[in-house]
Order: sequence, then C-alpha cells, then structure tokens
Amino acid sequence: MTTTEATTAAAPEAEIGRSRTRKEDQHLITGHNTFTDGMTLPGMVHLAMVRSPHARATITSIDVEQARKAPGVIGVWTGKDFPEQGGLICVWPITPDMKSPVHLPVPTDTVNHVGEIVAVIAARSKTDAVDATELVTVDYSPLPAVTDLAAARDGSAPVIHEELGSNVNATWVYDSADAGTGGSAKDAIAAARNDPDQIVVERTLRQQRVIPAYMEPRSTVCDPNGANDQITVWSATQIPHVLRTVLTLSQGIPEHELHIIAPDVGGGFGGKLEVTPEEVVTIMVARQLGKPAKYTETRSECMVAAHHGRDQIQHFTMSARKDGTITGFDVDLTANMGAYLALIGPGIPILGAFMYNGIYKIPAYHFSCTNVFTNEVMTDAYRGAGRPEATFGVERMIDELATELGMDPIELRRKNWITHEEFPFTTVSGMTYDTGNYEAATAKALELFGYDELRAEQKKRRDEGATVQLGIGTSTFTEMCGLAPSRVLGSLSYAAGGWEAASIRMLPTGVVEVITGISPHGQGHVTGFSQIVADRLGVPFENVKILHGDTNVSAKGLDTYGSRSLVVGGIAVVKAADKVIAKAKIIAAHLLEASEDDIEVSHGTFTVRGTESSLTIADISFAVFSGHNLPDGCESTLDSEATYDPENFSFPHGTHLVAVDVDTETGKSVIRRYVAVDDIGTVINPLLVDGQVHGGIAQGIAQALYEEALYSEEGQLTSGSFVDYLVPSAVDLPHYTTDRTVTPATSNPLGVKGVGEAGTIASTPAVVNAVLDAVRQFGVTDVQMPMTPARVWQAIHDAKNGGNAGNNDDGHGNSDNSATGGAA
Amino acid sequence: MAKISVTVDGTTYSDEVEPRLLLVQYLRENLGKTGTLIGCDTSNCGACTVLLDGVSIKSCSVLAVQADGHEVTTIEGLAGLNGQLHPVQQAFHEKHALQCGYCTPGMIMRSVSLLKENPHPTEAEIREGLNGNLCRCTGYQNIVAAVQEAAETLADAAATAGVGSAQ
Repeated sequence: MTTTEATTAAAPEAEIGRSRTRKEDQHLITGHNTFTDGMTLPGMVHLAMVRSPHARATITSIDVEQARKAPGVIGVWTGKDFPEQGGLICVWPITPDMKSPVHLPVPTDTVNHVGEIVAVIAARSKTDAVDATELVTVDYSPLPAVTDLAAARDGSAPVIHEELGSNVNATWVYDSADAGTGGSAKDAIAAARNDPDQIVVERTLRQQRVIPAYMEPRSTVCDPNGANDQITVWSATQIPHVLRTVLTLSQGIPEHELHIIAPDVGGGFGGKLEVTPEEVVTIMVARQLGKPAKYTETRSECMVAAHHGRDQIQHFTMSARKDGTITGFDVDLTANMGAYLALIGPGIPILGAFMYNGIYKIPAYHFSCTNVFTNEVMTDAYRGAGRPEATFGVERMIDELATELGMDPIELRRKNWITHEEFPFTTVSGMTYDTGNYEAATAKALELFGYDELRAEQKKRRDEGATVQLGIGTSTFTEMCGLAPSRVLGSLSYAAGGWEAASIRMLPTGVVEVITGISPHGQGHVTGFSQIVADRLGVPFENVKILHGDTNVSAKGLDTYGSRSLVVGGIAVVKAADKVIAKAKIIAAHLLEASEDDIEVSHGTFTVRGTESSLTIADISFAVFSGHNLPDGCESTLDSEATYDPENFSFPHGTHLVAVDVDTETGKSVIRRYVAVDDIGTVINPLLVDGQVHGGIAQGIAQALYEEALYSEEGQLTSGSFVDYLVPSAVDLPHYTTDRTVTPATSNPLGVKGVGEAGTIASTPAVVNAVLDAVRQFGVTDVQMPMTPARVWQAIHDAKNGGNAGNNDDGHGNSDNSATGGAA
Repeated sequence: MAKISVTVDGTTYSDEVEPRLLLVQYLRENLGKTGTLIGCDTSNCGACTVLLDGVSIKSCSVLAVQADGHEVTTIEGLAGLNGQLHPVQQAFHEKHALQCGYCTPGMIMRSVSLLKENPHPTEAEIREGLNGNLCRCTGYQNIVAAVQEAAETLADAAATAGVGSAQ
C-alpha cells in the first residue's frame, strides 16, 4: 500500500450545480433503446384484447370458437378462463367507510366502461392475434350509463355497483376549526355575508378530464420461466417495486417469485403509476401457457383503457375584507373516480386538500371532497396529482376576488401571502412550510416579464377597442413535494410508506455502483445522482454508475412519482454515501497509522491533519478488496445501505406570468410571453431543471388551452385518438423564459425541493387567468377549460348579448358564479 | 405475399411480405430495427419517422411493399460507421432535447430532413417543420434549440467543405 502525496492543486469543480449533459442519452439518440415492445423472447406469444364497446352492460354470452380456429391462434380466454385472477386493489382507503367495488382484470358478468377487456387472444404474431379479435362474438345487454358527476353524487343516477348501494365512493373532510389549525370557514363566510366591510365570492369551476398521453404506449412482457426460477416481467411502468408488491397482494403470486424490470420507459407523468389489467392478463396467459407473452396496446386502446387524470367539479366560496384580506375559504369538490378505484385514485383529490390555501395566510378553511363512480375509465395520478387542481382553484379564486374588489391581482397576492420573515409557517391546512421567498420570486418574474409595460399596452388596446386584446395572467404557486413522510401517509390511511432506499457498492478499481429505489423514465436521475455521488465521495462523475428499475438489482424502493426522486431518493443516496465515508475513515486512519480524529476528509481524500500523508477513496476501496491490512474486527467492505424517510414535505414555489393575445373575432388565444421564476431550492443540474420546467409548463398549458377527454352521455370516449385529443405540437406552444430564485429547503441536507411537477401546477391557472383577463371587459366571468377558440368566442358573444357569460356547457357542472357584498 | 427488396441502413434485405404490412412493422418485426418506435395509430405522433430515399416519412403511413427498391435510413443508421454522431444527434444531446427518448428517433430523423429542406430555418420554421412530431416531455424548447445548433454545425461543415473543394 502506498500513500499518495497530498496535492496542492485546487479542489475539483463541484458537480452539484453543473449543467452536465445526460449519461442517459447515447442509447436513446442512436436507436439502441430498450423499450418493452422491442423485446422478443424465444417462443413468445403475442396478445390482443377484445374490449367492451359499451359503457355499462351485462355480458350475456361470449363465443370464441371461430377465434380459436383462426390462423396462428394459440389460445383464447374470457374472464371465466382465469379462475386464478384476483381483483385489482386500491391501496388508499381514504375513509373507513369508503366503498370499493370488485375490479377483475377480465370481468365475467358485467362491464362498466368502454374499453374493459372481455376476451384475450394469444397468437404467434401480433397480426394474427388482432385478426382473431374480429372473430370473437360478445352479446351484451346494455344498461344506462352514468356520466354526470352531479347526478352520480346526488343519487339521481342509476347505481353502477348495486352491491355498494350508491355511486358515492367516499366523502373526505378537513375543517381547520376541528383540526386546530384555524377558525371555522363556514362561520367566517356566514359572518362575511352580513358584514358590509366584507365580500363573498362564490364560483363553480370545472377541472376537465385529461389524458396523460405519455408517448410510449403501455407494454408488458412476461417470461414465466425466468432466471432463478422467477417469473420475470418487463413492463412500461413507473413503479416496478410497487407493481411487485401489489401483484402479490392482489394475485397471490409470492413476492420473491416475481422479478420486475422497468427497462427504458417512454414517459409516465403519473399515467404509469398503476397496476393494470393488461399487466395481470399478460402474466396469467404466460403462466397458463408456460411460454413468454407480450402485450402492447395501441394508442387508441391507451386512450380508452389507461387511467385519466383530474376531472372534478369545484365549488369555491371565499370571503374577504374589502381591503383584500382573505377571511375564509370553503372548498367543495366532486371528483370522478371512473368505474372502479384505481391504485391510489381516491387519494388524488385529497393530496390537493393541503394546497388550496396556496401561499396565503387564510385564517379559516374547510375542504370537502366527494368521490363518485361513473361509467368512464378510472382516474388516478397525472402530473401534479391533486395539487394542480388545488392551485388552479386558489389562483383562480384570487383573481376572481381581485376582479370583484377592483384590485391588481399581484397586489392582492402580496396582501395575503406569507412573507419571507414568517417562515417556518404552519398553514391553515396543517402543513409547515420550511422556507420560501415569494417576494423575491415575484419581483424577479415581474422584471423579466415587463409587467408595467404590458399593463400599459393592455390599456391602450382596450381603449382602442382592438380586435386582438391582451390578457395578463399570474400564478404564484406552491406545491408539496417529496412524497412522503411515512407517518403522514399513515395518518391518511395510505397503505404504504414514503421512504426511499439506496445502496452503494465500492468496486475494487475505485468506481462506484449506486443502486436506487426510484425508477426514472426520462427525468435524468442517472445524471443528477451521479453528480451528487461524485461530490460526496470525491470520485469522477464518469466513475459513477446508477442502477435502477430492476427488483433483483434494486431490491427495495418505492419508485418515481410526486416529485420524490431527488427529495427522498436523492437524500437516501446522500445518506448511503456518508456511510461509505464513515467506514472509509476508520480504515484510512488504520492504514495511515493515525487516530481517526486526526483524519480530514475532503473530496474523497483522507489526510492526516497537518501532514501530506493521505489516501483516496479509490486507494481504500482496493485495500478493502485485498483485505490484507484492516483494523481488527473490521468488516471487509465499504458498501452501504440507507433508507431515508423524510420528516416533512418540501415546498417549491414560484411566480409564473403569462401574456396572451386573444383574438376577439375568432376566440383564438396565442401565448405571447411566458415567464417562470421557480424556487426549487438547491439546483443539482440547471440543464435538467429547465427541461423539467419546460415540459411541465407545456402540460399545464395543454390543460388550459387544448386537451379534454370527452365522454358522450352514453359513455363513449369521443376523444379517443390523437386525431381527436389535441396533444400540442411545437407550433402550439411558446418559448418559455425560465429563471430561478434559490431558497434552500431546510428539511434535507441538500436543500432540494423537487421540480418534476412545478411547471404543470403553475401554468394552468396562469394561462386561464390571462385569457380571462383579456375578455372580462366584455362581461365574461368564466371560460371552461380547455379554452378553445370556440368556447372563448362563444363566451364573448354570449356576454355581449347579455347571456350566460360563464359557459360551463358540458352538463357536468352548473354555473352559479356570483359575488355578493355584505348587507349594505 | 409480395416479394420486396429494401436497403435499410446500408444493408439490402429481400423478403416475402403481406401486402398490408406497414413499413414500420417490417422494420421492427422482420428486421429487428426496434430503434424506430410506434407511438400512435393515426399518423399523428411521428415517432416512427425514417428517411425514405433521404426524405422523412412516417413509416406507419407507408406499406413495406411501397419501399420495394428504395433506400431507408433509420435512427440506427444515422451515425457514422465509427459511431460518429450525426450533428443532429449531437445537438439533441448537448441541448437536452430529449427526456424519455420515445419521440427522439422520429424527432431526430424529421429534423435531419427538415435541415435538408431548409438549412437555415427560423424558430417559427423549425416549429412548423416539426408540427407532425409530438413530444410530451420537453415542451419543445430544447428540441428547437437543438435543431438551431445542428443547423449551425451543418452550415459550418458545408462552408468548410466548400472552402476545401474551392481549393
């Protein structure tokens, strides 16, 4: 063993904060990708599904005999041919009395939404399988479908699951008076109605149903005879670990017999946070045949059968003094679960419950959410999951209040937001925000945006009566990230915890393997985590390998969603790295014949204080590998494991400002300027952060202006392909100006807050506020999302003609927008 | 069945195929060229974009038999033989123009074709030129930046080549 001379060279450049290009890119830009559908195994059969064309029906008979005889067909199954199938489970019973229907992967007697699987074909080729689906004859006895949320809630619609006795899944309530976090919102609002110095603003808004629309359709391959006598499953999933555990709990396959691999996964956005009927079917067929099986959906199948997001009727009542000080806020939601309960579907709107107060000091708050069943596909996580709905609600209501009071919306926000001196701040919904600086982010955004100049231009165009009017929209959002402290999840009756795991293997040649329990699918965690480890262990960025997405490699984890990967998973990596350093320090002291107290550690170099005698972490790795000279009783390893359970959420925030040109003759909205100043705490890699913000903003704009999953009254999805469902292209989206303020989180050692969902949460209300700002002058009070040219034009037209100016026109929500002053 | 002969990424293949077989299915299922991806079933997303005789096409909208006697370049054949990345590939990496990477093969092949059609596009022309390729991750800004950078690289290379040939 030789000791290396301590170098006097400058310390290597810190990796954290560098715009490293991605390690992930090479195989993706050269076509050597490993997406699931590209896999072929010897003897593999290909599956195709026969799906229900009815939203609600009894299956009276299924004739599969012709299909069985079709060329290439190896097997045909209906629900009755899968006696082993277990119901898919929901892991979030939000109330003790929550109603939960049986959800078989392949139902045997009834179907409850268009696209449910009723028969499965296995054939030698995908073409043969698809051809044979045409030969299956299913007789249905259709039943009336339920698609109206209000009717599902008030009991006027037929009961979908008769055994439950109601279409109401559960009602979940938070009252700050009961929780001790504030006063009674009901009392505050009642008092305001009788107070001439107060105003009460009441609005019913619609969060439309949207489709995650990840670019890779879902795909699963199962080899029932995998290595180690395991059932190996490759799936386009965000959640390989959760998938394994839930397959065990729902299908009875012992957990250690399952080996789940998430290879390259083409986007998720929450849409692949699911355990799907298709995954279960692929596994069941493979096991019955004893051969590998693959199922890949078409885009149209994905639209109709994979879970959707959002879909709420939101009723808000906000009271305030006439100087703009908010005195109470009441939120009443009706949330559409679809036909069954998805994995965490009932909890999605509840995640928003803690965010309707946003960044504001609201003294009294009441939240109630009633989940209902309809004959539509299930809803579950979609980028932001509950928090976009909440942020939309509060940011819209702040603008409504500003309008009613005749105040500038920025000024009203300033009047009510938590000032930077007031942190840590416990909100009316019981969250403790550790840090934030809303003043700084807003000041920076206003400057970048040119707020005053744009307001002047807006006035000019209004005065001129210009055809194209300018609207300015604001969103000063926050969100809760880093899902989640396990104790909090336990208090919300969620089945699992919120910790994350990491382990580190120090290889003899000085390179490092990091195993993480998160499961990236585009975010760039391999690059970002490499930067963190490089800094922490003092090894080159290139010498770090991040391993993930395989339950045999990464045995423990809770996967990727809820902006948790860095904030929880990254901290687990830090903890594991610190354990490596602690172990190495003991061995360094031994090898350098010094006291452990005299060893200084810097950038992976262990130096005896006051001397030039030192060792690098690579030297120590090899010494441990050889094991020739270790302290007595010292285990011959530097490897480490850590599991990190956060004590609190993190609270990124930011100010997004949008200028929109609205053509009053066509109703078309064009975003002219978009400025986003986000405070996500410490930035590991600015390049990756900007990418997350850009993509997030795009999805939020898409909800505001373009996208809507529309069901007919009969329960047919009429936006069931990319022809009918407008995923925006490059021409539909603007250039984004992004910048940051940095207020490090105090809840974790890196000071990070998470960024995956910020853009989506912030942008929707900013854009909607901007479009409304352009057209309120005509008397328009609401335009339902997506704010298509037709809807905007109609709203202007109706308002000018003195009609209903809030065009909630889909029959799902009623428009009762009103503002009442107190008794004057 | 129909007999076809197609050159894909420099190798000529002769096969008997069903007349209804799509080019993208031929590439993926018959030739194992799984680098080219399928994202929809309505020709909206462009994930399956390849070059047919040097021009971008959506390979879900072309039958394999229509490629008979023609030359196809996929994402797998774009880099040089020694692994030298095409300037568009390099720019996508440097500008962080991909996240999940699913739209990327099609987006890169379309960008290659776009820059042949218009070597000096404006931002608006790039956005218009990529209108038939959907990305859900990036919000397009870095894709636009990558195409702008690749345009400069290709223009510099062309200028250098021009100077070289003039000498």
